[in-house]
Amino acid sequence: MTIQGLGQLALFLALLVAAVPVLGGYMARVFTGEPVLLQPVVGPLERGIYRLAGINPGREQNWSAYATSLLAFNLLGALLLYGEVRLQGLLPFNPGGASGVSPALAFNIAASFVTNTNWQAYSGEQALSLLSQMLGVTVQNFLSAATGIALLMALIRGLTRRCSKTIGNFYVDVVRGTLYLLLPLSVVMALFLVWQGVPQTLVSPATVTTLEGPTQILPEGPVASQLAIKQLGSNGGGFYNANSAHPFENPTPLANLIQTWAILAIAAALTFTFGRMVGDQRQGWALFTVMAVLFSLGLAATWWCESQPNPLLAGLNLDQHASSLQAGGNMEGKEVRFGIAASALWATATTAASNGSVNAMHDSFTPLGGLVLMINMKLGEVIFGGVGAGLYGMLVFVIITVFIAGLMVGRTPEYLGKKIESREIKLAVLALLVVPVGVLGFGALSLVIPAGAAAISQPGPHGLSQLLYAYASAVGNNGSAFAGFGADSTYQETMIGVVVLLGRYLTMIPLLAIAGSLAAKKLVPPSAGTLPTHGPLFISLVMGVILIVGGLTFFPALALGPVVEHLAMIHGNSF
Amino acid sequence: MLSEFKPALRLLLVMAVLTGLLYPLAVTGLAQLLFPFQAHGSLIEDNSGRVIGSALVGQRFQKPGYFQSRPSAAGADGYDATQSGASNLATTSKRLIADITARAEARRADAGPTPGPLPVDLVTASASGLDPDLSPAAAFYQIPRIAHVRGVSEEKLRILVGLLVEKRSYGILGEPRVNLLKLNLALDEMTRTE
Repeated sequence: MTIQGLGQLALFLALLVAAVPVLGGYMARVFTGEPVLLQPVVGPLERGIYRLAGINPGREQNWSAYATSLLAFNLLGALLLYGEVRLQGLLPFNPGGASGVSPALAFNIAASFVTNTNWQAYSGEQALSLLSQMLGVTVQNFLSAATGIALLMALIRGLTRRCSKTIGNFYVDVVRGTLYLLLPLSVVMALFLVWQGVPQTLVSPATVTTLEGPTQILPEGPVASQLAIKQLGSNGGGFYNANSAHPFENPTPLANLIQTWAILAIAAALTFTFGRMVGDQRQGWALFTVMAVLFSLGLAATWWCESQPNPLLAGLNLDQHASSLQAGGNMEGKEVRFGIAASALWATATTAASNGSVNAMHDSFTPLGGLVLMINMKLGEVIFGGVGAGLYGMLVFVIITVFIAGLMVGRTPEYLGKKIESREIKLAVLALLVVPVGVLGFGALSLVIPAGAAAISQPGPHGLSQLLYAYASAVGNNGSAFAGFGADSTYQETMIGVVVLLGRYLTMIPLLAIAGSLAAKKLVPPSAGTLPTHGPLFISLVMGVILIVGGLTFFPALALGPVVEHLAMIHGNSF
Repeated sequence: MLSEFKPALRLLLVMAVLTGLLYPLAVTGLAQLLFPFQAHGSLIEDNSGRVIGSALVGQRFQKPGYFQSRPSAAGADGYDATQSGASNLATTSKRLIADITARAEARRADAGPTPGPLPVDLVTASASGLDPDLSPAAAFYQIPRIAHVRGVSEEKLRILVGLLVEKRSYGILGEPRVNLLKLNLALDEMTRTE
């Protein structure tokens, strides 16, 4: 742990906080239909798209119509992607000669990209054609992110409207989120990344003769354009197998800083958007504080863990300490240009945000470093979380918190002037149960079925960690992995695809139902008995509920995985 | 129900063309115009004009006369850019410990008569398998071997490495490092002019 490392982390947090009001205020204007700077350019394009698609942007939808549109749009998106990767061998823009992928892998890719997960059971530079990278996964990088933001907007409208049947128009939310937010940001970021060295070409590969003689084949492609939205849209699926550890995907420490920022920026700024839209900025900052505190705790822990020398290498006379000449620490699976602090920061951000891109390999993290990453995911991806998805997940915890607080004082719970009644609580609990079922239920199934357990590549407790990580990543729509896990079997491709879908839609549909039922309610004026939901008391309560309800569920499983592994390691045991 | 699919399908196709074709192609055009060198992969040539690699992507250096690269899990021999990736071995893995032990023993010969502790990045595999850099410590550690093989003074090599060390960006971002391809090119240049 170095002073420069600390400076780096502080700079990152400052840039993140600075983005919150700017980006958050902009998004509030976009989604309430107020005029924005880009209006003259994007407005005509927006209207043209509605005309081409036959959508009446003025037509509002009730929650079930909104849900139907969302599911139809996502289903068709998945089918399109499935078709593209199956047939890519016959389609143009395929300089590497990639052939169509197997049905199980195509299902896995379609499910994973349409749900904003981007779990990759394949190696991008080999398995996908340039057309699949562009017209396939890049499209869903945009649309799955826009879908997540759309759902959050529907939920916010549910909280703010009174006696209303409708919660907005799904198509309008998706189009506006893409055109006014994701596309312009991606263009700017992509060009910035090209400047830093990320390739952007349709000519691939480049073949070079290395200094020592052998040739090296360098696959290239439209990397920067995909990379920008992969980071901004909390997608995480890399152009290359090594993701953002690959020097072409992440060439410099500055590119690394911007990419790490992009993992969290929109998700963090949405808390401000939320505050603006509910008419009380303090509500947004309260939720931001919950996220920022939990994030910083995880970051400090991961950084410390990865800075430690591996005790099992003690007898080899290695220099594992940080100095002015090297990063030191746990360097297996890490890049020299990033060292420890930037790798720990990325790992914490990507697991907290359900992004899933990596700049260091999580499978080779220390046991406790890996534990923090798993906890980030198992808390339900609410520490910033995916774009839109993080905040709507957080609002589930808020609903549970006001309910528990209401039970303690014997009053009907309310949030932002809306009474939270049994229907909302039931739906919130349903959404909350998805993560434990996905991780523990499907994880256990995979352990007892030989075809599933075969994916574990590491003996001992770390093998269990690999499995727990995979299913937490799937159900949380994260997409990162302990990549030694053999995810490229038909069993895992299928099961993880299923869990990814459950994790996304069994959270989304109850939340849309909540949005619908809240929208229909009257506003109750605050009284002396109303629990303020913006102060330190409420912030601590939400954190407590997240840690107890979200975290404690997984304590036994985690004790058998990373905790046992850590204890074994410090006593000199290997596996 | 079916009527729901019509606007969804039409919107999907429009958005696919916009985000999947127009966007990447527009960015490609702009990138080629503004940053042609980077957009094509930062390919660099030697003095005779032969493309010898990308300034960004690590290549395998194993000859004793060169500064050697970190271990790599990309492909069977390492540094295969079509198979980027890591060992993905756990910190508690017996295989990892055996690998590192073997590498450490092989490396001891590099350090001359009084070997100091071995910099950890020199015996651990990177995340991409294509790490273009070494820590300055790992470069300095190899100087006695290279001085012996090339017949140049250690002092000169230390100055050369010192010149090519890239500091942290803006004083705090990333870690100090030496780009191996640039270092070895400079090394060839230095010994040729002598």
